[in-house]
Parts: sequence; structure tokens; C-alpha cells
Amino acid sequence: MRTALPAMEYWLLRNRRYWRTQLSAMTVGPVLYLAALGLGVGSLVDDNVGADGVQGVDYLAFIAPGLLAVTAMQQGFEESSWPVIGALRWWGSYPAQQVTSLRTRDVLTGHLLYVTVKLTAAVTVFTAIAALFGAFDSAWVLAAAPASVLCGVAHAAPIAAFSITRRVEMSIAAFYRFVILPTSLFSGAFFPISQLPAGLEQVAYVTPLWHGVDLCRDLALGEATFAASLGHVAYLALWAVGGYLLALRLYARRLAP
Amino acid sequence: MIGRVLPPLPRTARPTLGAGRHLVERNALFFRGHVLVILGGFFEALFYLLSIGIGVSDLVGDVEGPGGKTLEYTEFVAPAMLAASAMNGAVMESFNIMAKLHLSKAYEAVLATPITIRDIAVGEITWSLMRGGAYSAAFLAVMASLGLVSSWWAVLALPAALLVGFTFAALGLAAVSVIRGWQDFEWVMTAVLPMFLFSGTFAPLSTYPDPVAWLARAMPLYHGVSLLRGLTTGAVSGVLLVHLLYLVLLGVAAFWVATRRLEANLLT
Amino acid sequence: MSATRDEASTQEGSTALGAAPALVSARGLVKAFGEGDKRRVAVDGIDVEVLEGEAFGFLGPNGAGKSSTMRMIGCTSPATGGTLRVLGLDPATDGPAIRAGLGVVPQEDSLDGELTVRDNLVIYGRYFGLPWKACRSRADELLEFVQLSDRSDSRVDTLSGGMKRRLTIARALVNNPRMVLLDEPTTGLDPQARHVVWERLFQLKRSGVTLILTTHYMDEAEQLCDRLVVMDAGRIAAGGSPRELIAAHCTREVVEARPADGETARPAEVLASLAERIEVLPDRILLYTDSGDDTAAAVTHHHELDLASVLVRRASLEDVFLRLTGRTLVD
Repeated sequence: MRTALPAMEYWLLRNRRYWRTQLSAMTVGPVLYLAALGLGVGSLVDDNVGADGVQGVDYLAFIAPGLLAVTAMQQGFEESSWPVIGALRWWGSYPAQQVTSLRTRDVLTGHLLYVTVKLTAAVTVFTAIAALFGAFDSAWVLAAAPASVLCGVAHAAPIAAFSITRRVEMSIAAFYRFVILPTSLFSGAFFPISQLPAGLEQVAYVTPLWHGVDLCRDLALGEATFAASLGHVAYLALWAVGGYLLALRLYARRLAP
Repeated sequence: MIGRVLPPLPRTARPTLGAGRHLVERNALFFRGHVLVILGGFFEALFYLLSIGIGVSDLVGDVEGPGGKTLEYTEFVAPAMLAASAMNGAVMESFNIMAKLHLSKAYEAVLATPITIRDIAVGEITWSLMRGGAYSAAFLAVMASLGLVSSWWAVLALPAALLVGFTFAALGLAAVSVIRGWQDFEWVMTAVLPMFLFSGTFAPLSTYPDPVAWLARAMPLYHGVSLLRGLTTGAVSGVLLVHLLYLVLLGVAAFWVATRRLEANLLT
Repeated sequence: MSATRDEASTQEGSTALGAAPALVSARGLVKAFGEGDKRRVAVDGIDVEVLEGEAFGFLGPNGAGKSSTMRMIGCTSPATGGTLRVLGLDPATDGPAIRAGLGVVPQEDSLDGELTVRDNLVIYGRYFGLPWKACRSRADELLEFVQLSDRSDSRVDTLSGGMKRRLTIARALVNNPRMVLLDEPTTGLDPQARHVVWERLFQLKRSGVTLILTTHYMDEAEQLCDRLVVMDAGRIAAGGSPRELIAAHCTREVVEARPADGETARPAEVLASLAERIEVLPDRILLYTDSGDDTAAAVTHHHELDLASVLVRRASLEDVFLRLTGRTLVD
């Protein structure tokens, strides 16, 4: 891990110039979504469903932890899709790192460490903003933030593996539209997946995002059980580690001299 | 001898009228190999519609539509998605134009031919409209098949969606011609998100705080959403003409600014 | 002149009957950027006439105003002052019609990176209003001409610098232009790639296409240009054929003496009397003379000077430029 730090530092250095833009994007996005969906659509939902709420809480409290997990996934996608292609082809960052003492493993690990740092920043900002909106009642939400980081990494690692094999950058755009977007919309963040038609519901259970959403929501609402949480964490860790190992192999193949 | 290598052309090259269509052809040549990307724009809107129809709609129940009509939530949101996807398509296209202007210098090569700046502007907007129009038609068909269209006025929703696309394509081109580079383009994207979320898209303006509602009324997307919602739900009144006029005037003004600014930028 | 373009060659031109018509004629041409304090004059009142069928060069260092002049001739940049006629027409009003008869090879690579090699040519032909079918067959011929047929389905970003330049030249020929403008056609290419480009341009010239090129390479100007003007700081310092320029501004031969310690000031004093004129550069001393061997012998006679090398060469445009501006071209 230590040998990968220079590669992570490269990414931090590279993005240092844009930190203001990135911080404002991290802030503005959640504020707008929470206002439009949590408060705007929320007022319609709460009028309609009455005192029982959605799974026992008002819509804002229901949607905020879901959005937290979705935010983590989208950030993980952002930082491990285009940038992988850019580092390989446009900016020459990977080839440049490869001719130093860094090993392929370090190139990948360093990139993913950077993604983790970025994710941590994004979910921290999100949690703070959602708390200001009054979306959280329980202090357990402090455990939801790291859980969402795990959710982000569980997506970033396999996406890096996918991206390193792409030769046309267009396929990243297609991947977003056909995988990331529908996953975001149908994995329980915006409505309980029990409303999905049979079949689709089972598909949703398989997605790592649903596990991230469910984990974050249980924690944020203070309703988490040890067994269920452990299951979610294990499943997400499986994706993270599996994705990492796969990426390792594909990076070695693609970056081979 | 090169005379043999390069035989004379069948006819002398002359500038043609409506040369903008060649820009359309250029884009078609490029996207020929990227059908998935073209389809993607349509599916994006479809996914949103389905997630609302299947999930959120149940939670929200009925809402008050234009003219006090009670609408199912999906009926309420679908025309807004139509308008928003027309906007998004145009904005994505201006992203491509931005790349051609600032990264690849592609227009400089184009301008060395008989093609003029006006041709470029017309061509790029036409392409954007063709792409957007295809999405809109497909989306309207899906709406109709899901029973989300309750009036024959909805036939006019297609040209209306094209108008929304034109206004935003012209705005996008104007924005691209005014800004200095990619850093500023972030701001364009930043302006799109709140417009998408707060133009009466997901909830009636009456649920917004007053200042937000007034701000929304100034935004072009609000007029696009209102126009399309009026047509697909059949709540047609004179107010729709106001929305229509707003979009036409804004689009024409933006087109004028865009060609002026592009001339100043490219013909130095 | 080539049989391929007789249809076009009789229309315009202000010169006397029998002489080739002037395809470009500029009087007092000015290009300035900015206003007020920030006003910067790139081209400062030049007179130029380019005749049909010739290869005409603008020679000068970076920033001399060559590219600005080219862009005005190519009708992508309006002139600030003076008069300009291109193909007998006025760029201010007939831009599209003029451009229809021009081929342009810009300095920066402006190929469409999103299209294949062949599609770059095809769509460019469409921009000129050619029918699809003609565009396709034309593209294939031109790929053959610039020796890129085997790469016709590659994406442009996979080409080497020399290949891209050749493709850009092919693109400029798609409309069968009467005149081709080339801005620094071989800058940034390796020697081998340069020779391929030169050879293709020479063929074009032989077929009767008028060439206008800018360059800051002497050898390029000598190889390709029938006539050229030397530009410096937006003005024309001299003009003529390469040989005329050398004859007018230079001696026949040049002796180059290179001091071993790199110190040129003192040897220069000693050697000054041995030639008609000397130029002192940071690393060497140039002695202009009509008899190189005699002068070189006289130089080596000065044993007290520790010279690493003394060599005799023919005078070149580089020397002309040095004489006219007091500076070397490539620094």
C-alpha cells in the first residue's frame, strides 16, 4: 500500500487546481436534489401517504440515505471511468508512472486510493448538508458515511477494470446510461424496491447499490441489525475486492510493455 | 504526372446553398459507429419515466395539473421529462460543439471551405434538432402507449418539443461562443441542474417557496415544461401562447448572439 | 501548365495578355489585432503578387506576420487595411467563392479526430458541395497520392505526425484547388517525413497548381519556391528568386570559423579584415567572400587563434536573412 502512495499523490496534485469547483459541485448537487426531491416531491408524498410515511418515516428521511449511497456510487464512477481512459491515453499519466519504480499494482492502487479520498470528501459534505436539511434523527448516521464510502469503492474497482479495457471512450457514456443510471433509479434509493415488478425486484437485490442503500438507510434511521449489516458489508467488500483483483489482471495486460 | 493521379472533378466546386447540411452529414458519419450513444439519450428519459411511473408515482398519488385538472403523478411528470430531455440533448450537443471549438480546432478547417459561420450554426442546431426530434417522437410514442396522453393536442407536443430543443440548442451555442474555455463550461452545467429540478418538473410550482417559484417562471425550461404539459394533458389555453412566444424569442435572440460571437471568435 | 485546370485559368487576372494572371495581389495590406494601447500590428503594409503556376514563399522567423498573411489570403481573417484580391475576387465580399478554389494546409493539425482517415476527406469534399460519389472516389485517389491508402479506415489519432501532415495536404486537394496555401508544411516533421512532403508538393507544382507556403526553413524555401519574400516584423525586407536574393544580398561563398573555446569577440577582430563582411554569432564567425578557399586558407593561417573548425560553404538564404535583419532565422 505504501508504495502506491506516490500514484495517489499524483491524482491529488492533478486535481488540486480544481478543488473549488469540485467542492462546489459536491455541495450544490446534494442541496438541489434534497430540496427538489426531499422537500418538493416530499411534500407531495407526505400529503399522500399520511402519518405512516414511507417505511415509517417521512420522504426526506427515507430518501436522504438512499441519495447518500447513490452519490457515492456516482462519484466512484466519475473518478474511475473517464480518468482511467484519460490516464491511459490522453494525459499519459499511466505510461509515465510505469516507467518509474511504480509497479502496475501501485498504479491501480494509487488511483483507487485517490478515489477513496474523493469519496470520503463527497459523502462527508453530503451527510453534513442532509443533516442541515433535518434528514437525520439518529447519531448512527455517522456510521452510514463510511458505509457509503465502501459502497463507492465497491463500484469504482470493477468500473476501473471495465474502463481499462475500453478502446472507444463512447462506451463509457453508454455504460453510464445503460448501467449506472438505471441502477441509480431502481435500487431502492427513491422508492422501496418492493414496488418493482417481480423479477426486477430480484435483480435489484443482486446490485451492490441496493446493499449500499439498505445499509446506509438502516444505519441512518438507527434500525440496523448486526447480522443484516454484516451481510451488506460482506457483499460490498466482495465487489470491492473482486473488482480490485480483476482490475489488477486487466491493468497488467493493458499496461504490459 | 499528377494529372493522372488527380483527374479533374466531374464539375467545378461551387458553394452550395444550405451548406449547413454538410455539418449534419459530418455528425451522422461520426455517429454511424456509435448507435448505442444515440439510443442512450432516449433510454435515459425512458428510465426516468419508468422509475417514476413504477415507484414514485405510487407514493405521490394525484397532483393538480394545469387548469386545475387532477393528474396522476406520472401524467404530470412525463411531459416535463419530454421537455427536460429536449434540453439535455441540446446541452450535450453544445458540449460536443465546445470540444470542436476549443480542443480539436475542427471548425478552423471547416471555415477554410466555402462553409460560413452561419452554415455551421445552422448545421449544428439542425443536427441537434434531428437527434432530439427522434427522441421526442419515440418518447411521445411510449407515453401514448402507457396511456399518459389524454388529448389530441398531444400531436402538437412533437413540434413543441422541437421548439424547446431549438431554444436550448441556440442557448447552448450562444453560451459556448461567449465563454472562454472548459472552466467556464462547468458553470453552464451548473445552471442546467437547478433548471432541471426546479422548473415545475417534479412538483407543481405551488409547492415551491415564492421566490423560487418566481425564479422558475423566468427560466426557459419552465416554459417548455408548461407548454408540453398543457398539450399532452389537453389543458390548452391562451397561456400556452405566452410560453410559445417566450421560447421563440429567446431562441432567435440566442441564435443571433451565437452567430455574432462565433464570427468575432473565429474570424480574427 | 496542366491540362487539368484549363477551364479555370482564363477567367481573371489584371496582368497583361500572355503573362500568367495574378492569383493574389495585395497592396498595402495590413493586419492589426486589438484596439488602442493593446493594438498589435502583425502585418504592416505589404505588397505581394503571386502569379498562376508559381510556388511562392513567405520566409521569416516566428511572429514575422507570415501566418496572418496566409489567413487573410485564405479568407478566414479580414484585412485591417490595404487592398487584397484573391483569384481576382474580393475576400471581404466573396469569401465562400474564393475558398471554393483554394486548398489550405494550416500549421496546426486540424483534422477531425473523431472520423476515420477516409471520412475526413469525404466530408471535406461535401463541405465544398461535391456529390457523395465524387467525394468517395476523390478520397481514394488522394489517399493513394499521399500514400495513405492502407490507413484509410484508421482513426486519425493513430497516425504519426508525418502521416497527419500528408493527410492534411490530401484534404486541401479535395476540391481540385487552383491554389494551395501551406503554412509551415514541414515544421515538426523528421527529415524523412519532410522529404516525402516535399516530393509530393513538387509533384503538385509540376501539375500546375499554384503554391503559397510559409516557412522558416531555408532549405525548404530553396527547394520549393520560384519566388519568395523575406518577412520581418510584419514588413517585406526583400523579394525575388532564391538565387537573385543571394546574389543581391550576399557573396558567393561563406567561411565559417568556430573558436574552440566558444569566445568569438576577439577572433572576430583579427579576422575582420579577411573578408568583405563578417557576421559574429554566439558560437561562430561568418566571413562573406567570393573566394571561399582563399579566405579559409587565410583564416587557418592565424595560428594564434584556437579554432575548432573552419569550413567553406555556398551562401544560402540564411545568410540573406542574417544580412537583412541582423538575426538568424531559427534560434
